[in-house]
Amino acid sequence: MPTVDLATMPLRELNAALHRLKPDTNETYWRLLNPRGQHSVGVGIDVPIAVEIEGHVGYYCAGMNKQANVIVHGNAGQGVAENMISGQVHVKGDASQAAGATGCGGLLVIDGNASARCGISMKGIDIVVKGSVGHLSAFMAQAGNLVVLGDAGEALGDSIYEAHLFVRGKVKSLGADCIEKPLKEHHKAELRKLLDSAGVNGVELGEFRRYGSARRLYHFHIDNLGSY
Amino acid sequence: MTSQDRWIHTPPRPSANFDAHAIAEIRRAAATGIYDIRGAGPKRKLPHFDDLLFLGASISRYPLEGYREKCATDVTIGTRFAKKPITLKIPITIAGMSFGSLSAQGKEALGRGASAVGTSTTTGDGGMTPEERRYSAILVYQVLPSRYGMNPDDLRSADAIEVVVGQGAKPGGGGMLLGQKISERVAEMRVLPKGIDQRSACRHPDWTGPDDLEIKINELREITDWEKPVYVKVGASRPYYDTALAVKAGADAVVMDGMQGGTAATQDVFIEHVGIPTLGAIRPAVQALQDLGMHRQVQLIVSGGIRCGADVAKCLALGADAVSIGTAALIALGDNDPQWEAEYRALGTTAGAYDDWHEGRDPAGITTQEPQLAARLDPVIAGRKLANFLSVMTLETQTIARACGKTHVHNLEPEDLVALNVEAAAMARVPLAGTDWIPGQGNL
Repeated sequence: MPTVDLATMPLRELNAALHRLKPDTNETYWRLLNPRGQHSVGVGIDVPIAVEIEGHVGYYCAGMNKQANVIVHGNAGQGVAENMISGQVHVKGDASQAAGATGCGGLLVIDGNASARCGISMKGIDIVVKGSVGHLSAFMAQAGNLVVLGDAGEALGDSIYEAHLFVRGKVKSLGADCIEKPLKEHHKAELRKLLDSAGVNGVELGEFRRYGSARRLYHFHIDNLGSY
Repeated sequence: MTSQDRWIHTPPRPSANFDAHAIAEIRRAAATGIYDIRGAGPKRKLPHFDDLLFLGASISRYPLEGYREKCATDVTIGTRFAKKPITLKIPITIAGMSFGSLSAQGKEALGRGASAVGTSTTTGDGGMTPEERRYSAILVYQVLPSRYGMNPDDLRSADAIEVVVGQGAKPGGGGMLLGQKISERVAEMRVLPKGIDQRSACRHPDWTGPDDLEIKINELREITDWEKPVYVKVGASRPYYDTALAVKAGADAVVMDGMQGGTAATQDVFIEHVGIPTLGAIRPAVQALQDLGMHRQVQLIVSGGIRCGADVAKCLALGADAVSIGTAALIALGDNDPQWEAEYRALGTTAGAYDDWHEGRDPAGITTQEPQLAARLDPVIAGRKLANFLSVMTLETQTIARACGKTHVHNLEPEDLVALNVEAAAMARVPLAGTDWIPGQGNL
């Protein structure tokens, strides 16, 4: 069980050590101390290990993660788990802008709030935010699921493609081509699965509203000029 | 008409302002209600490298013997931070063009041609295909705002990384790959439904501004263990400040793409009216590098309308380390070839003028995803043509460099150049031919 004190070990050495791990490594649990808001902590991991970070992290923590289970016991800066491919990233505090941006897979759980553009251009990642999300969340979201237990800011799902959005609280406004859609039984099953994965209990599925693409902007047309 | 009428009515006089193109555009817009979207670069005349001349050696300068005395052409990129800089045998690279905008055969041909002469190709907005990795000995992986196909495995398999902030054809603009070109494979790579118009964003999703860019570059370096050179590509608009900010953000190389750079699909108004000519972008970019003490430490790659070895030599003389070609490479592969004239006519155009690359109906099989059209392009033959073209460009560059007495093409310098007109003299900061006058330099 390696414990790394980032107050003394340079970040570059930590990331290089994580990249050297083989799939059958015995060093499957890593504890990182004193991250002190450093950027790019634990980026590019590609082994099924657990990494617990004791403190706040800066930009891009767990960026492009594959397989690893990363837990941040603190807040996360911009672009946490950006372009994640697989695995899980769990932020115990709040997350800044662009959480889970362009993520292709895996699960991002944020216990607190996420700022603007949460899930921007998401491409298959599942994101569960237990608090609220800021404006332009799920902007151009292509695939995957964004679940928000709190409220969503302005222009949710602007120019959305095929991602699924579930919001329990209020939505300040919907972006271009994003509409409310019926929450059918199979959506509820999907939602239940996501909530279970994120460890969320005691929430009524009927409290959620589902949003997705109206698909009116899938082909450029002059009649839609007002939407562009 | 009687002889008297001739003095009443002047002969028809077309307007220079409302010329045939302007009139046709007004009519087209009135009929359709939509702006013109097309591929390629600007078509109007702009100040360009033809407006410069080399002086050549004379009594005060000593030339090198052609075919005998060495004139090296190699360039190494990524010497600032990367553990594994890349070395190219020639200072001409292939610019980023996506699989999606180009056929798989087209991408393969680019890889074959570039590899044959020891230079690099670049991915594009759509991710890396196995074919282009297989056939490109040196492959630069673009990190674009859309992040289509982005993944850490491809990032690590690349030889260099290029963070694309903008491109010369449309600085400040995103892109749109129309549904006609979204085949099943393209759709799958981009995680979008087949057949829909796919928007490429104009801004990166997870960073804004130079301070964020520095953090983003460091993340890419951390993921790849600081091995890869990281380029920053910008569309030429404010070349001095963009170059300085790219250096500040930690770039190993800056790619400066002038407005003559081509595009797969953009509004004509964007192509023709946004950005500055390549000629005007080089000296400010070099000035920024020099002011920061980074000239030749951070490599400058210039692109946008480069067609021949003379253009390459002029870029290098103005201070670039290498150039990049896109449109010229496609022409070398067979784009706009007169052998398809009948089909170009059927599309309402002619060989040499075909620019509807976004429609996916390219008779030459390059800018298409139609399997039957794409099959027309033999990647081996097309790759050979590109290699020939790159070799000719290199020989031409060496010819000029030797005539100026240079043992390496990088030894070409502004002092070797003069300009044919005031505009070019001002932009390139070289004297008007036959004078010692450089406009704007205060030496009237």
